[in-house]
Amino acid sequence: MSGPNKNYDPVEVAALDPAVIEQDLTAALAAIAAASSLEELKSVRIAHAGERSPLALANREIGALPPSAKAEAGKRVGQARAAVTQALKGRQAQLEVERDERILVEEALDLTAVPGRRPLGRRHPVPLTAERMADVMVGMGWEIAEGPGVEAEWFNFDALNFDTDHPARQMQDTFFVDPADAGLVLRTHTSPVQARSLLERGAPLYVAVPGKTFRTDELDATHTPVFHQMEGLAVDEGLTMAHLKGTLDRLAYGLFGEGITSRLRPAYFPFTEPSAEMDLVCFVCRGEPAATPCRTCGGTGWIEWGGCGMVNHNVLRATGIDPERYQGFAFGMGVERSVMFRNGVADMRELIEGDVRFNAQFGMEI
Amino acid sequence: MRVPVEWLGEYVALPEDVTGERIAADLVRVGLEEEALHGSEVTGPLVVGRVLELTKEPQRNGKTISWCRVDVGAANGTGEPQGIVCGAHNFVEGDLVAVILPGGVLPGGFEISARKTYGHVSAGMICSSRELGLGDDHEGIIVLTEHLGEQAVHLEPGQDLIGVLGLDREVVEVNVTPDRGYCFSLRGIAREYSHSTGAAFTDPADLPVPPATTGGYAVRLADESPLSGVEGCDRYVARVVQGLDLSRLTPRWMSTRLLEAGMRPISLAVDVTNYVMLALGQPLHAFDLARLSGPVVVRRARPAETLRTLDDVTRTLDAEDLLVTDGGSDTVLALAGVMGGESSEVSAGTTDVLVESAHFDARTVARTSRRHRLSTEASKRFERGVDPDVTAVAAQLAVDLLVEIGGGTADPEVTDVDHRVARAPVVFDLDLPARYVGVDYTHERVREVLTEIGCSLTDQDASDRVSVLPPSWRPDLTDGPTLVEEVARIDGYDRIPSVVPSPTGGRGLTHAQRLRRVVASVLAGQGLSEVLTYPFVGQDRFDELGLPLDDERRRALALANPLSDEAPLMRTELLQTLPEALRRNVSRGTRDVAVFEIDTVTRPVDDRAAPVPGVGARPDDATLATIRSAVPHQPWHLALVAAGESDRSGWWGAGRAADAADVVAWARSVAEAAGVPVRAVPAERAPWHPGRCVALRVVTPDGEDGLLGHAGELHPKVAQRLGLPERTVAAELDLDVLVTASDRRVQASPISTHPAATSDVALTVPRSVHHSTVESALLEGAGELLESILLFDVYRGDQIEEHEKSLAFRLTFRAHDRTLRTEEVNAARDAAIARAAALTGAVQRGA
Repeated sequence: MSGPNKNYDPVEVAALDPAVIEQDLTAALAAIAAASSLEELKSVRIAHAGERSPLALANREIGALPPSAKAEAGKRVGQARAAVTQALKGRQAQLEVERDERILVEEALDLTAVPGRRPLGRRHPVPLTAERMADVMVGMGWEIAEGPGVEAEWFNFDALNFDTDHPARQMQDTFFVDPADAGLVLRTHTSPVQARSLLERGAPLYVAVPGKTFRTDELDATHTPVFHQMEGLAVDEGLTMAHLKGTLDRLAYGLFGEGITSRLRPAYFPFTEPSAEMDLVCFVCRGEPAATPCRTCGGTGWIEWGGCGMVNHNVLRATGIDPERYQGFAFGMGVERSVMFRNGVADMRELIEGDVRFNAQFGMEI
Repeated sequence: MRVPVEWLGEYVALPEDVTGERIAADLVRVGLEEEALHGSEVTGPLVVGRVLELTKEPQRNGKTISWCRVDVGAANGTGEPQGIVCGAHNFVEGDLVAVILPGGVLPGGFEISARKTYGHVSAGMICSSRELGLGDDHEGIIVLTEHLGEQAVHLEPGQDLIGVLGLDREVVEVNVTPDRGYCFSLRGIAREYSHSTGAAFTDPADLPVPPATTGGYAVRLADESPLSGVEGCDRYVARVVQGLDLSRLTPRWMSTRLLEAGMRPISLAVDVTNYVMLALGQPLHAFDLARLSGPVVVRRARPAETLRTLDDVTRTLDAEDLLVTDGGSDTVLALAGVMGGESSEVSAGTTDVLVESAHFDARTVARTSRRHRLSTEASKRFERGVDPDVTAVAAQLAVDLLVEIGGGTADPEVTDVDHRVARAPVVFDLDLPARYVGVDYTHERVREVLTEIGCSLTDQDASDRVSVLPPSWRPDLTDGPTLVEEVARIDGYDRIPSVVPSPTGGRGLTHAQRLRRVVASVLAGQGLSEVLTYPFVGQDRFDELGLPLDDERRRALALANPLSDEAPLMRTELLQTLPEALRRNVSRGTRDVAVFEIDTVTRPVDDRAAPVPGVGARPDDATLATIRSAVPHQPWHLALVAAGESDRSGWWGAGRAADAADVVAWARSVAEAAGVPVRAVPAERAPWHPGRCVALRVVTPDGEDGLLGHAGELHPKVAQRLGLPERTVAAELDLDVLVTASDRRVQASPISTHPAATSDVALTVPRSVHHSTVESALLEGAGELLESILLFDVYRGDQIEEHEKSLAFRLTFRAHDRTLRTEEVNAARDAAIARAAALTGAVQRGA
């Protein structure tokens, strides 16, 4: 920068001529407005706001002016430069918005047909249903107990009042462990856990037992040698068959929904007395008469769900519970059967084969 | 039990318009579940026709048809003969035949209409037995004079045949539960129908029976080894009928009832005994008197005794078998209550028979029946309990029928050896039904029901208690609850209200139960599908999996009666059965498939037998402990198998096949979900690839290191032998180990909000050094500022020696209380490298 020159007349400096400055400003604003891209704007910025731009050069001359002229010239140039900066900023923002919008358009992806890149697997409907049944029981304040699939014969039969020579014991189609006097079987029902729970926990007791069970049936559309049951056992003071009925009704409601109630029919099981078969209102036809008989229930309005009854005194005695003080009820139903009814599965084999396409029909909550 | 409705109506008053369906519904209410309804599906017009003209017409197809003009009376509305084409040839002009006219329906919904065939309009059909659902005989059409015998004499053309042929008859088949043996008789079913509906019951056992005499056929009850103190036979009635003509045909009414009840008519003597059994529930046996030398001795079998039973099998008898023997010749006549022997069988030439009506012990018969695998109509009834008071009546009914039908003479002597023990009454609290069922039964109602089912009630001193003597046909009524059931069922189960009990509240699911659910969800969330496989395997599978001969997993529990001899064992690991599910999916065209199973496996304990101490009493603690300890160890396992792509190919680019690292990651994710740290250690174990398998070990809360399981790629040979895709990967974990290791409450540590600093380290190590070894050395050396470590690259190639590999780790450091300075980070990193160098010989690359 040059030194002070008090004799220097600013009016004589061309660059500071108000008309020139006005002209520079006009040119700058025009160039800014004409910039159609951020790159062009960058060149415009260098040309009109850079160090070598006319206004910058004019600004540099101000220092050479006499003090009396500095203020006015400074103001004039300053205003012009501010206007340019302002215009650049505005145009910059505008061009950025335009660029951003253009990029968003260019970057668009068609996401309407995206298959799973790591497709979700699925739970199996049988354990899912067993869990749901267990949850209904837990909701009623019961606990969930478990027991072994390979079970002592005593727990599977004798503890449950199945006498060795009783026809009921022969009717169970039991898998026996080799050698035949090993005293072990594959449990034919989840009921041995009744005896185990009573022995281990005593009364009062409210337990439900989902689990795997075995019978020597060949696999076909309605039978499988390996299946699942859920057992319920309540032993307390003052429990009656009315409580049994109430519990079954709640479970049916929890599993099948509003209006599905249970019906009890007289039956026989060694471990309960009185005993009953339980039927559910058919949830397809709801017992309403129809022109063609309902395929689910065969037109009877009821479907068989399982067996139940009041715990036999001999079961209580075998597990050290005083039958004079405690009364109880027990029930058991098939999980596969429940799935077949609830989800319209027509063939048992679909539950057994493990075809992942079968699972894929269900969500992870059933 | 098949219940012919016509027969039932003889013992209980049925409404005029009763249907089988209605009867079944009434029986269900008292506990006799409907099995099936059998009835004719024929609807008329089905009428008598007389063949007036019969012309044989050979056809071009080689058949010959009979073109008939048949007189059907006025049944066709015109009285003119009906033209009918018939394919059968077993009849001639003048025969009476069964004609179904247009509008009629045959079984199977086959509607009859006039139709043109073989050049004639055939207006109806001449029927065979099979077409009418009367039997399998399809040799020809029914010629009524042959079919009905004397009954046909009065038939006239046009007469309705539905009733004459019994096509209006229905049979209700019910399931009889094991406690109600008396319902294996029309008498029992009729009684139950009466209980259900209130209809009047006529007891067929209400017959006059002459008193026992002393001069009858000698019978000796000589059971020297009663089972459980119960005599094998406590009553034996023997009656003799002489001068019979057993070549006579069983009358049609009886054979029809037998057929409807599901028994084939055989011969007069046999049919009569079966008929009485079905009527009264008392199995009978008829011996050819000429083949007995007497007396009849009922005793247990002696060693090595044999009997050739009526089913042509020679059976070696067991000392526990109860026998009916001929005391004179000391030969075995019958397995008591199960089946007779051939030597004394009644034949067509028999003239004199001895009718046996005996009461055999349920347990004795049950054991013999089971021992000889011989379940008969007789054994079925005896094992469930036969009315000991009906013995003499049944014999009388048989005698009466033999006299009437067989033309014999009843010997007036009546042998009745009677050792019956008086039944024990039950002291019964009249409030018990209300207390047990939750219905307010009055004392009057309770008394009424018990009396109705045949109990005798005697008041006790205390007002609420009565002494109840159950009827002779109800051996199942032995205590309070059994009587409660009678009250509840006769009063109706539909009267029981619905009341939800309110337990004090439970603890919810256990940790193990919740964890198994989480594990399943975590795996399903990563693309694996849950499947259930049968737990049965054979030794072959162990070979296919390449298990060494001394592998403990070969020691499997065997079943005595497996469904298949190829798979008699219980799996010891889930991977013995799970691959089959994968294979099935692949064979059905699902190539990218990952499945898992959660279930128990069976690890047998030493060959210890579990005692079976019997019913009704708590075994002592020592016995219970022995029972429990004989039950095999059955831990919960998890297995995974995968093949094909785990990351799918698609428009976004190429996918990635599931590899050993995937299955290790899945297995790790399960442990992570349980909050349990795991360590992977190289392992060689069947059925995995020896160089692509790790053992996963968990650190249990008490600081012990436990084996969780193994994961990796299957051995190529195993995959090949099991028919699985190449490079199938698999894992098997012991979930019980995970449950134990995770059963603790996590104590949270505060997390640092200060910035992290990362430092990448590349180390060359010999290829034999495991990644995890280098990683733990770095971890150890880096000290507590290290937040995490990640192996992000493994390099083998030109840049380094052939026997080496380069591992690149990213170390992330962070302090709890400050921002780390560069010097601190560098120092920690250098310490980590130094530790790795010391422990593994690692050299920093580019250093």
